[in-house]
Amino acid sequence: MSLLTTSSQTVGPYVKIGFEPFTVVELAPAGVAGERITLSGRVVDGDGKPVNDAVVEIWQANAQGKYAHPEDAQDKPIEAGFRGFGRCLTDAKGSYRFTTVKPGRVPGPGGALQAPHIVVTVFMRGLLKHLITRLYFPDEASNAEDPVLTLVPADRRATLIARRSPNDKVALEWNVILQGQEETVFFDY
Amino acid sequence: MNKPTEERITTSVTGYRRPYFATQPAYLYPGYRSTVKRAPTRPLVFLPHTLSEVTGPVFGYDDVKTTDSDLTRQHDGEPLGERIVVSGRILDENARPVAHALVEMWQANAAGRYRHAVDDHDAPLDPNFTGVGRILTDGEGRYRFVTIKPGAYPWRNHYNAWRPAHVHFSLFGIGLVQRLVTQMYFPGDPLLEYDPMYNSVTDEKARQRMISSFDWESTIPDIALAYRYDIVLRGRDATPMETSRS
Repeated sequence: MSLLTTSSQTVGPYVKIGFEPFTVVELAPAGVAGERITLSGRVVDGDGKPVNDAVVEIWQANAQGKYAHPEDAQDKPIEAGFRGFGRCLTDAKGSYRFTTVKPGRVPGPGGALQAPHIVVTVFMRGLLKHLITRLYFPDEASNAEDPVLTLVPADRRATLIARRSPNDKVALEWNVILQGQEETVFFDY
Repeated sequence: MNKPTEERITTSVTGYRRPYFATQPAYLYPGYRSTVKRAPTRPLVFLPHTLSEVTGPVFGYDDVKTTDSDLTRQHDGEPLGERIVVSGRILDENARPVAHALVEMWQANAAGRYRHAVDDHDAPLDPNFTGVGRILTDGEGRYRFVTIKPGAYPWRNHYNAWRPAHVHFSLFGIGLVQRLVTQMYFPGDPLLEYDPMYNSVTDEKARQRMISSFDWESTIPDIALAYRYDIVLRGRDATPMETSRS
């Protein structure tokens, strides 16, 4: 080792001008295979107030469980037009929304498969470094054996599992709660 | 009989080294007031680096235009202020270039005003300056922006608070856990010692690495002065997290 990682600094209050030009809220154009889902929710601060200046980025595998990245050496197809990256700026109500496909299972430590999940990165004024968390899917038996989810204290796991919307079968809801009793689990990455 | 080689390859992942002590700010830093209601309060959970964390979005030359990296050429007229070149390399901790990675930047104009609805600082907007750029690093990890030197501006963190002049940088790297957002500062800025964001990094040398250096060799005679800013992203651990030696 010869160098040390540059220090993180907050995106600040004007992140919108920097990040908005590269907004991606529809990840899967027509023709991309897989179960269509919408994913939406709110970002909420320690006073329960919506965070209207946050950026939510997501990273996911395709429906086959393959990342569009050269280090994913699995013998599975990548899909034209599906990068697996999304970025949404929260609105005045602290809300974000993506449409995508449900990711397949990807390998984890020791070759066991991970449960379907999306890696979520959150930036905002007041965060000197970004947060990383994961979103898992409801009604997934594999959640019980996921190598990362099982590292989370059992009483906090529910904060990482999206809820199915009562009105819409393909809609999933998941909030990012920054502080408090229902605080979302964030990872030391 | 062993499992097929292919499967062993796909499950062997080399993670990234965790940041060196004191080089990264804590989430809670009350001197920067906005951290108080936004920093996590419950313990973070240690995240092993799996395939999901060592991969990350891949960008290409289709994602950037040449005018994206020259902020003085994005409008019909010329922006006001001191033209500067900001360039450098994106390297990892092992001193390897981070090639073909997306670099985004944004900044205030010469008067210290952002083109953003919530910036109500009483300073003029410049119709010829948006203050946003992006570029893909080349094969050696190099990037280069032409821009205007940003102004300092007041903020409401505490009485008579001023941010030192800075440029925001967003880096993707190759793997998700290399992702970094930082700010580049300018040498000799007297506001740095009063700035909570800069001082949220407790290691003095780490703080100083966020300050660009005057770069005579990159100046453009009669046109622009230049600053150099190299950015270091996390490097790989020496050994894979798990090895298959069956």
